[in-house]
Amino acid sequence: MNPDCILELPNDLRSIERAVQYLMDRGRDAGFDRERLRLNFRVGVSEALANAMLYGNGRDPAKRVRVEARISPDAITVRVTDEGRGFNPETLPDPTLPANRVSAGGRGVFLIRKLMDRVEFNERGNSITMILLAERERETGS
Amino acid sequence: MGFDVKKQSGITVIDVEGQLIVGNRQELKQKVLQELENGERKFLIDFARTGYIDSSGLGVLVSLSKKIREQGGELRLANLNEDLRTLFELTKLDTLFQISSSREEALSSF
Repeated sequence: MNPDCILELPNDLRSIERAVQYLMDRGRDAGFDRERLRLNFRVGVSEALANAMLYGNGRDPAKRVRVEARISPDAITVRVTDEGRGFNPETLPDPTLPANRVSAGGRGVFLIRKLMDRVEFNERGNSITMILLAERERETGS
Repeated sequence: MGFDVKKQSGITVIDVEGQLIVGNRQELKQKVLQELENGERKFLIDFARTGYIDSSGLGVLVSLSKKIREQGGELRLANLNEDLRTLFELTKLDTLFQISSSREEALSSF
């Protein structure tokens, strides 16, 4: 990805909302679907940032989270990278199974996968790349 | 942004103003658990003024529902907007909670 926006965030949950709002504003200014920004983009990026800060960086205030984004009217690509050791996303249980529905956690990556159009992790598992397509691009591709 | 707790027809009603997210979920949890400790058993969380709930917020609702049920009580939800309802449906949490489309409907359902 050749990013046109790079953010270096402190490992502070309070920075999530501002960063996500900034990226949503950039998407809106670029002419991306407002509805998909409001739900799909907001949830996907917020969850990725929270996971990076809580689990990737283990709440360590000395660590940082890097956000790279490429924004166009047709698609937004966002990569979130933490300084942690990474994890294996394939081992996550399905939170919608009846036995898991009563669990307090485990829905973040699930929601990212449901709401973004493409989701990839790097081999180490400390970097997630998410692509959200504009509605018309999804229709063209289907 | 915050949580407004009041009593209505013997039910503890909590209005969530703004967002229920990883940064404020503990505040909601503490408020509800305090009411539970005080002997309250019927809870309604009203999302009429809520724009966004993240997965941590969903998790705290699941956790509170479990704790309230363990004490013989019940937690119900009302006024989810279209986006919030989508999140509940995707995660199948709509099968776990009784969700009403208005506060009045929820209050009369207890």
